[in-house]
Amino acid sequence: MLDSTPKELKERRFGVINPAKTCQPLGAMYAALGLHRCLPHSHGSQGCCSYHRMHLTRHFRDPIMASTSSFTEGSSIFGGAANLKTAIRNVFEIYNPDIVAIHTTCLSETIGDDLPSFLGTIDIPAGKRIIHANTPSYAGSHITGFSSMTRAMVDYFAEASLPEKKEQVNVLPGFVNPGDMREIKRIVRTMGLEPILFPDTAGVVDAPMTGQFSMYPEGGARVEKIIDAGNSRYTLALGLFASSDPAMLLERKCGVEEILLKTPIGIKATDNLLMALRFGFLREISPELAEERGQLVDIMTDTHFHFHGKKVALFGDPDIVSALTEFLLSLGMQPVHVLTGTPGKAFENEVGTMLEEAGIRGRVKAGGDLFEFHQWIKNEPVDLLIGNTYGKYIARAEDIPFVRMGFPNLDRSVHSYLPVVGYKGAMRIIEMVSNALLDRVDRDALDEDFELVM
Amino acid sequence: MRAGKETGMPIAERFESIGRKGRQKKTLRCGADSLAGSVSQRACVYCGARVVLNPVTDAVHLVHGPIGCAVYTWDIRGSLSSDAELYRSSFSTDLKERDVVFGGEEKLTRAIDQLVEKYHPPVVFVYSTCIVGVIGDDLEAVCKSASRRHAIEVIPVESTGFSGNKADGYRAACDVLMRVIASGQREREEAGESGSSSRDELAINYLGDFNLAGEAWIIRDYFREIGIPVNTVFTGDSTYESIRGAGRARLNIMQCAGSMNYLAGKMEEQFGIPCLQVSFVGLTDTADSLRRVAAFLGDEKICWRAEELIARESEKVKPLIREYRRKMKGKKAAIYVGGGFKAISLVRQFGELGIDVVMVGTQTGRKEEYETLFDLASEGTVILDDANPSELEKFMVEEGADLLVGGVKERPLAYKLGVAFIDHNHDRKHPLSGFTGAVNFAGEVYTTLFSPVWKFTRGGEVWENGGYSYGRASC
Repeated sequence: MLDSTPKELKERRFGVINPAKTCQPLGAMYAALGLHRCLPHSHGSQGCCSYHRMHLTRHFRDPIMASTSSFTEGSSIFGGAANLKTAIRNVFEIYNPDIVAIHTTCLSETIGDDLPSFLGTIDIPAGKRIIHANTPSYAGSHITGFSSMTRAMVDYFAEASLPEKKEQVNVLPGFVNPGDMREIKRIVRTMGLEPILFPDTAGVVDAPMTGQFSMYPEGGARVEKIIDAGNSRYTLALGLFASSDPAMLLERKCGVEEILLKTPIGIKATDNLLMALRFGFLREISPELAEERGQLVDIMTDTHFHFHGKKVALFGDPDIVSALTEFLLSLGMQPVHVLTGTPGKAFENEVGTMLEEAGIRGRVKAGGDLFEFHQWIKNEPVDLLIGNTYGKYIARAEDIPFVRMGFPNLDRSVHSYLPVVGYKGAMRIIEMVSNALLDRVDRDALDEDFELVM
Repeated sequence: MRAGKETGMPIAERFESIGRKGRQKKTLRCGADSLAGSVSQRACVYCGARVVLNPVTDAVHLVHGPIGCAVYTWDIRGSLSSDAELYRSSFSTDLKERDVVFGGEEKLTRAIDQLVEKYHPPVVFVYSTCIVGVIGDDLEAVCKSASRRHAIEVIPVESTGFSGNKADGYRAACDVLMRVIASGQREREEAGESGSSSRDELAINYLGDFNLAGEAWIIRDYFREIGIPVNTVFTGDSTYESIRGAGRARLNIMQCAGSMNYLAGKMEEQFGIPCLQVSFVGLTDTADSLRRVAAFLGDEKICWRAEELIARESEKVKPLIREYRRKMKGKKAAIYVGGGFKAISLVRQFGELGIDVVMVGTQTGRKEEYETLFDLASEGTVILDDANPSELEKFMVEEGADLLVGGVKERPLAYKLGVAFIDHNHDRKHPLSGFTGAVNFAGEVYTTLFSPVWKFTRGGEVWENGGYSYGRASC
């Protein structure tokens, strides 16, 4: 399928072939789903809303609800104020959410719709709330959009109402699966703290089957909690790209100190998460987590020879890929091609430094696409590919073992329920990676080399 | 709590778009814009244009806009190709803030140049998106000059997202197809093959099949067997060249009318090619369509061979269908699909399977199609246009549907209700056309209806009833 991808690298500055990112509104929609009884609202053409719902539905395999301003030719000339007004009235009347989280699109941004002034003229029913985020599709990526909507939650809700900070911690998980959000909450609780985690899509996009359909399942972060987030001692911002911006606002607005950490993928990043909790709140590491860590190291020891020196190409969202790079290095692997579609030099610096410290000469790029990534692999072949579903074309063309991780995963199920974060998640990653590598060894082995014990 | 709770009844503005067989006159308000603020299952102009053109396998499909529009349409249609794979890659100009301010024409020009140099495609389709409609890039001019520079066709697709609905996108795509057909036709005429004399007297074009799971191939093989060559398929497994040759056909047959009606009209008007509406969904419609095409071409041998094929294939599948019918009789189905033709055929097909249709709706059905649905449906069937999830849920629950036929967004909704589901859209995995397809369809319906999973969907009941009873082993 990708047979025509040439090996020869040539600078391409005009456009993208096979993207490794998508647009801001999708991330904003996903973040908004992480509020309890919230209906995301897309202020733009109805195609945007439909596409985002479809894409998220394919990944989570759950109903994704969102409404749209349904722009027409008229609204794009005269502005979207009238559409928004009608839309909001209809949304509260028909769908009755507690919160409407509006995000913009390239269209409404380009025609210059000014949401704050529109919102000033809209009657919001008693007890209901509206928040908004500017998410023009022509800047950043879905990760930027996720970050912007999370920031809007801080902006609209968080309040420092007490003279002293409480012994409580805010956690901004970033664009991860609900399974990861559940695991992060479990880890924090196991440390004896009650986290205020937002956005929290657990129980929304992985809601259990009950035989009934609910527009607003039980999950999602509660607004009262986010208001109270202004009284927390610390905010753990997990991931520079998705979480730092809202955490910084929380610090500025409410004086809650930001602790910026990697997404807790792998042993080091999870260690750092626990250390932050330990020192921030003077807690002992819980025996349960200490045991999990011990098990993880045991597994790493048992399997280290499978991994050592293996070359890996990985791509995906910047926070996930950066943390995963760190973990692959802990396993003795060589991440030689590392790419994200999200623009941002910080990614190149962060990953570049890790590789340099490990003495690995690799290629790192932010704002890249999968065409170029494929070319890299053609020039320097790898033993393993890690990325979202779109990696399957490259894996097939180059016949490389492939582990699916990140968003979107359109062709495998269950992934959104099971964590890749924390020690347990690290064990799962090891299982996925070693299964992929060993399945390949088995597949390729001659009869005389085919082994029972590996 | 039962849902629908969030919503109660559909609001007043929606009443005219929902009907019930036997209780009112046979019309629905349709083709209207969705209500602002609705959780519509509909898409945009770009989406309509892209789904129609996407199966052109050897084209570069370049989306001029921010990245999202290209991502969400990247290789999602499941239209199979017998040769080129270029259509399965995603190309975007990935417009940025500065392009929005200063215009994207320069970037588009360079992107076309680089893609042509890299892939040597016979044609480039440049899709307009919302933002292009606003910043005012002159696609026609950029494409024209690129076309001259590279000596291939570079064609703008007028698919600015907000400028209408999905159906307008179908038209935009048809305009592009017409342009390609006309250029092929012109060239043949210049080469001395004038209009009707260059026609193959038996060849047909097959409009409105996108070769999902290889469906167009099944139909092509049927026609080949009875002696009718399929000239061009619109647009499943088509190529630039095959589209250019479409003017050679004697007859157009059209399945998905929603997307192709306009093109069929244009071809009739400009090249005098008449059009027959057909459907290869279900046994009755498949047999009927083959007969009508054969009769139209008026060749006795062909009619005779058609009867032979119908008899043979029917014989083969009827016992299987009968067996499925025995098992599934009395089950209730709900239908929510894109276009009217499919809805109509599905109602008939469920009839063949002994399944009652209790609800049927479409995203973009036309007035005549809704009238047909009113005629076909049994008393009390709910018929609706542009439904939202709450309405789908309400009627599925009220009418006690066991099964929903729909697309990607409807699947998890059905599952949450403990209702079985069939994808009759892009995500289908087996061909559902023709005689073979009818059996596949029955098989899929059976598999999902009788999956053991539905026994587990209501956890609470199991616990209250004290768990499961197993057959007591004799001891």
